Amino acid sequence: MNAADTAFILICSALVMFMTPGLALFYGGMARSKNVLGTIMHSFFLVGLATLVWVFIGYSLSFGTDHGGLIGGLDYLFLQGVGMEANGPVDNLPHLAFMIFQCMFAVITPALISGAYAERIRFGGFVAFSALWLVFVYSPMCHWVWGGGWMGAMGALDFAGGAVVHMSSAAAALAACLVLGKRKGYGKGAFIPHNLPMTITGASILWFGWFGFNAGSALAANGAAANAFVTTHVATAAAVIGWALMEKFHRGKATTLGAASGAVAGLVAITPAAGFVTPMGSVIIGLGGGVFCYLGVLLKVRLGYDDSLDVVGVHGVGGTWGALATGLFATASVGGTDGLFYGNPGQLWIQFVSVVATWVFCFSVSWVLLKIVDATLGLRVSEEEEVRGLDLSQHSEAGYQM
Amino acid sequence: MKKLEVIVRPFKLDEVKEALTAMEIKGMTVSEVKGFGRQRGHKEVYRGAEYQVDFMAKVKVEVVLEDEMVRPVIDKIIEAARTGQVGDGKIFVTPVEDVVRIRTGETGNEAI
Repeated sequence: MNAADTAFILICSALVMFMTPGLALFYGGMARSKNVLGTIMHSFFLVGLATLVWVFIGYSLSFGTDHGGLIGGLDYLFLQGVGMEANGPVDNLPHLAFMIFQCMFAVITPALISGAYAERIRFGGFVAFSALWLVFVYSPMCHWVWGGGWMGAMGALDFAGGAVVHMSSAAAALAACLVLGKRKGYGKGAFIPHNLPMTITGASILWFGWFGFNAGSALAANGAAANAFVTTHVATAAAVIGWALMEKFHRGKATTLGAASGAVAGLVAITPAAGFVTPMGSVIIGLGGGVFCYLGVLLKVRLGYDDSLDVVGVHGVGGTWGALATGLFATASVGGTDGLFYGNPGQLWIQFVSVVATWVFCFSVSWVLLKIVDATLGLRVSEEEEVRGLDLSQHSEAGYQM
Repeated sequence: MKKLEVIVRPFKLDEVKEALTAMEIKGMTVSEVKGFGRQRGHKEVYRGAEYQVDFMAKVKVEVVLEDEMVRPVIDKIIEAARTGQVGDGKIFVTPVEDVVRIRTGETGNEAI
């Protein structure tokens, strides 16, 4: 057990926790004013719900004794055997510290999905889907990559959750768009953000918290954490520029929503790579994140699905790019593994396999879960409730009083 | 007595207010409003997608005047609020049956 590492990881856990309320503001500002509370609630409520699912069963399924590379056992059910001793997956941290750091990842991941079904989902359906999703999608994914499962064993590099957090939530988001359908009037009226300063505040909190997310994923207060911290910041900076340039060329003006979206795109793109690439590699990954995610968001209009707040465009495209870019820019001098540009083309293939497997698994299981919840509890609000807004129809309150 | 409802560009509000106060107009009511006329709306861009926003932000000034003040005030407002471009706004003139000052109970011209 290492005291410095323990202190660092506990603080990083708090930083990652803060990302979910930040996400609530990021998404809340982009919603229309009648849905601001409903949208914020999706993220904030998950701090409660996902935490309980995680400590009851999710942690055990993710990090319990491996079964066939597919799922963890029930040995840590209700946190039995998870205590103050360093007897968990890492020997430098109290098992509880490792568990709570991972808990914050389980909290934010289903919250990321909420951007896709925002403004039209029933609260009860959202609760049921999120709980099921944590058990049947997130926990296996987490086990595959970090818990001793097949994807990590294959050598796939995912430093802080490009597959586990971003591609998984984006694949679920895509399934949600298809199962729920478009919002009423989508494509005709103007669906525009009601409070961009709120969105910028949220993006800033996300950027701040992401240092805990990525640097903390070194699981120690060491050079790898410092490298991840720097690559995270530099890639995000580059992505802000990348997105703004795309806007300038495409529509003539850089926008604040674009700067905030670019920042998140960069944070997503660098997440799998943060501990494996150099700061200069991260510049390219960040720029690519800004450019590709901008194009990804435009693609939504072409393909005709209604991903309210662009979860697929930002987290799906950014996560996929980041995972593949890790296979390009990884260097043994940083994280012990080389990518294509350092003479190891095999790594890119491994990354590609992990990308395809993540999308296919997460999309299909999410689809099935959504269909089950839709058939039992019902997923979508009535047309009248949708027009009144989720704030009044789902929560009997209003975000703004005159 | 007449009431003027004056719709102007928001950035012209100060000039309109100054022109009216210079004419010893003692009160007015101002509100932020949205609407469209021949100017139609404007475009907004969010994440690369362009949206037509139909309602433009305007300012509405309401002021009640004695009959003989109506024409000179209208002239001053036009002078202050005019840019010559589409979207300068409109002035609506309506008759007012009576005015009551709540504090004193005065009515008519006295209460303006």
